[in-house]
Amino acid sequence: MSPLILLAIVLALTVAGYVMGRQRAVGSVDDVRKLHSLPNFYGMNVAMLAFVPAVLLLAIWVIVQPLVVAGQVRGDIPDTLYETRGELSLVMSDVQRVASGLDTAIAQGVLAPGDIEGLDATTVRDTLGGVGVALGSDVSEEVLAAALDYRATSNTGDWVRTVVVLVVAVAGFLYAYLGTSGTLRARNRVETGILILLITAALIAILTTLGIVLSLLFNTIEFFGLYPADEFFFGTTWSPSFGGGSQLGILPLLWGTLYISLIALAVAVPIGLFAAIYLSEYASSKVRSIAKPMLEVLAGIPTIVYGLFALLTVGPLLVGIFGDGGILGVGWMQGGTAVMTAGLVMGIMLIPFVSSLSDDIINAVPQAMRDGSYGLGATQSETIRQVVMPAALPGIVGAILLAASRAIGETMIVVLGAGAAARLSLNPFDAMTTVTAKIVSQLTGDADFASPEALVAFSLGMTLFVVTLALNVLALYIVRKYREQYE
Amino acid sequence: MTDATNTGSLYDVDARTKKRNAAEKRFRIYGMIAIGLGLVFLVALLSTIVVRGIPAFQQTKLTLPIALPEETLDKSGVRDIEVMKKVSTFGYNPLIEQALADALDANGIENPFEDAKGLKPILSSSAAAVVRDEVLANPELVGTTHTFEILAASRVDGYLKGRVTRESVARDNNIDAAHFDVVDALRDAGIIAKGFNFDFITGADASESRPEQAGIGVSMLGSLFMMFVVLGLSLPIGVAASIYLEEFATQNRFTDIIEVNISNLAAVPSIVFGILGLAVFIQFMHLPQSAPLVGGLVLTLMTLPTIIISTRASLKAVPPSIREAALGIGASKMQTVFHHVLPLAMPGILTGTIIGLAQALGETAPLLLIGMVGYIASNYPDGVASGFLDPNSAMPAQIYEWAKRADPAYYERAWGGIIILLVFLMTMNILAVILRRRFERRW
Repeated sequence: MSPLILLAIVLALTVAGYVMGRQRAVGSVDDVRKLHSLPNFYGMNVAMLAFVPAVLLLAIWVIVQPLVVAGQVRGDIPDTLYETRGELSLVMSDVQRVASGLDTAIAQGVLAPGDIEGLDATTVRDTLGGVGVALGSDVSEEVLAAALDYRATSNTGDWVRTVVVLVVAVAGFLYAYLGTSGTLRARNRVETGILILLITAALIAILTTLGIVLSLLFNTIEFFGLYPADEFFFGTTWSPSFGGGSQLGILPLLWGTLYISLIALAVAVPIGLFAAIYLSEYASSKVRSIAKPMLEVLAGIPTIVYGLFALLTVGPLLVGIFGDGGILGVGWMQGGTAVMTAGLVMGIMLIPFVSSLSDDIINAVPQAMRDGSYGLGATQSETIRQVVMPAALPGIVGAILLAASRAIGETMIVVLGAGAAARLSLNPFDAMTTVTAKIVSQLTGDADFASPEALVAFSLGMTLFVVTLALNVLALYIVRKYREQYE
Repeated sequence: MTDATNTGSLYDVDARTKKRNAAEKRFRIYGMIAIGLGLVFLVALLSTIVVRGIPAFQQTKLTLPIALPEETLDKSGVRDIEVMKKVSTFGYNPLIEQALADALDANGIENPFEDAKGLKPILSSSAAAVVRDEVLANPELVGTTHTFEILAASRVDGYLKGRVTRESVARDNNIDAAHFDVVDALRDAGIIAKGFNFDFITGADASESRPEQAGIGVSMLGSLFMMFVVLGLSLPIGVAASIYLEEFATQNRFTDIIEVNISNLAAVPSIVFGILGLAVFIQFMHLPQSAPLVGGLVLTLMTLPTIIISTRASLKAVPPSIREAALGIGASKMQTVFHHVLPLAMPGILTGTIIGLAQALGETAPLLLIGMVGYIASNYPDGVASGFLDPNSAMPAQIYEWAKRADPAYYERAWGGIIILLVFLMTMNILAVILRRRFERRW
């Protein structure tokens, strides 16, 4: 029975449980006021116990069964069919495709369920091709046998699943229904259930972090099994080739990332900071109410737009100035994609980020400090430079670190604007590439995920994750440690 | 004090004061320049988008009466669809070229080429398929002359929009300046004209060689299904998590870990979420690649921190007196939250959710890793299930895909796609602002 039908049955039982549980509770007393909880809670109690355990079990079963069955079938495949783990997984996906193809063939009536055992391996490909399941190669005897085993085990598993889930649902239903009486503390039970649900939702945040760390960690370990870690961290050449003999040194990528982020910060920090100072200290409320939201529009524009802007507008513009035959006639720039292009555009993107964070921090400096400074005869700018800024400094440093972490993790602008060549160069008009851009290029396309050239992306991701996390933690630490408490 | 010896009037500004006042002025001007630069960048960005994207909403089309002779299209004469399907687009091409040549004759324009085939570069390579589909849908057209609206080739389209010039096609193998002479004459005759490009908004993506046919409609549906997933998962989960953290959690180590986690997740680069999606949803759970379902799951995880942070803020904004009043008349803690606090916080929660959705809608990087790029979104999903599970693209991924293609005609499409994307984002943000203004309560 398909999981959806099973789910529908459990749902029907749940609804029935709600109605019947409520009725039983109301019927068990002569006056509704004598019930411990409101009548609806009795219904919900039965519904909850019928639904939650059964559906939880169903969900786990749906996820776990294919893994268990695949593990079992993997044992059937003789060693002669594969040499490496990668090949084994290819064989396994063949097995799964044949098995699901046979299901399709039976569903369409091309094969009778009884024919399956007597199938000849040589004709399977044509048979399945006839029902729209295309196989890459002829099916070997072993693969067919494994596929048949896979099907048989899965079918048995499905039957057991149906029975177990229904038993659990009915048991939960009966337990709660028979236990329903006027004195049952139904509300407390339901509320405990809801509380557990709320905690589970809060745990998803931890699960996500765990998922990120584990998926990065396992693949990184696998990568370091195929490629030496010291060459990855200290190699100065990045030249992946899927044919083998790749050199995967992270240093050129880190340098590109750093260079682009530096240029971006050199653009964003002065502009953002001065904009924040002007908006919070000088601007009339009218100017502020117009300029602030307009700057923040820059923050709401998706990064793909900035990427396209870098590729098609800023890049050609810079080539027109610094390129061969450009206005300056210096010929520093070879193509539109360069560190400068990506850095400038990323700087524009970060302006509102820096300005709105600094704005909040400057506004948090108490007015009394300014008044004290004015009282001593300082001009407004002297007050800002010598009183407000020092007071706001930890917060502003924190904001800049957060902006740096954003710049390092930014992907679309560098993918489109920075170029693809990994090189260690000081010329800001050269094309360079970054960690994020290489993650994209190594993991898109039909790469074999078991090769070091694809796995390296996970190590790059791990590096990126650690660096941005460290920057964020550092920013938080600085803000907490050095923040002046005024009140 | 030195100034005590100064006997001059206070109105006479001394050198030091002048210097200080000048510094003051300079400082203020730096601030203005910074604001000015920010606004200039904004205007430059927006005007580039508008100027370069607007042409995508116009498309050059030819209005041609095409003769559909029975002897080539349906020899049997019985109008059997299955038989007529055997005539491929190659059978239709000469008819269209001939129709164009005839139109030239009728309007007294000289054909500079040897035969009708020389005119082929003016027409989109999709023309034959369009005519064929129309004929197969209405078999009675065979034997008559029917007026079709067919697309012009992208170079012709670019020529009329000023993107392609006679000089720029000098080394182009596909088309040469003589074709543009014909196009000019055809435009004067009213056969070729630019019109609003509705197909760009509703249509499907096309292959690399037919930019004139590409549209963003299918990937818009992909984005829509992704947003359903994000909304359906991140709103309930985010609200539940916030309620727990804000209303029930006691201050302990466990709660601290969750809170630190959430604030860290908000700062994790989006590409890392893409890696997570690839490793967990595709490699481990074997969900279909390029499916909006997977994209939606990844974006949900990305949006959750945003929604949790804004939901907690709006729960916090509900004054404690509301809770105390409810508890005082005998409501349980759970009833207090769900019957009183949550409804009052709802406008704020919805505003935060819409802003989170807008962020998710424009996010591209994670989608690259789960395979929503490199896939040509040329088929509409067949239904709801296929909308979630079949490979599709999404708006930002589609824009990226176009930006990568070699033909500059696709850049125009990419800018046009950005306009559509920004219109969606703007609508969502305005909706959020209206919601906030309309329902926000100050206590």
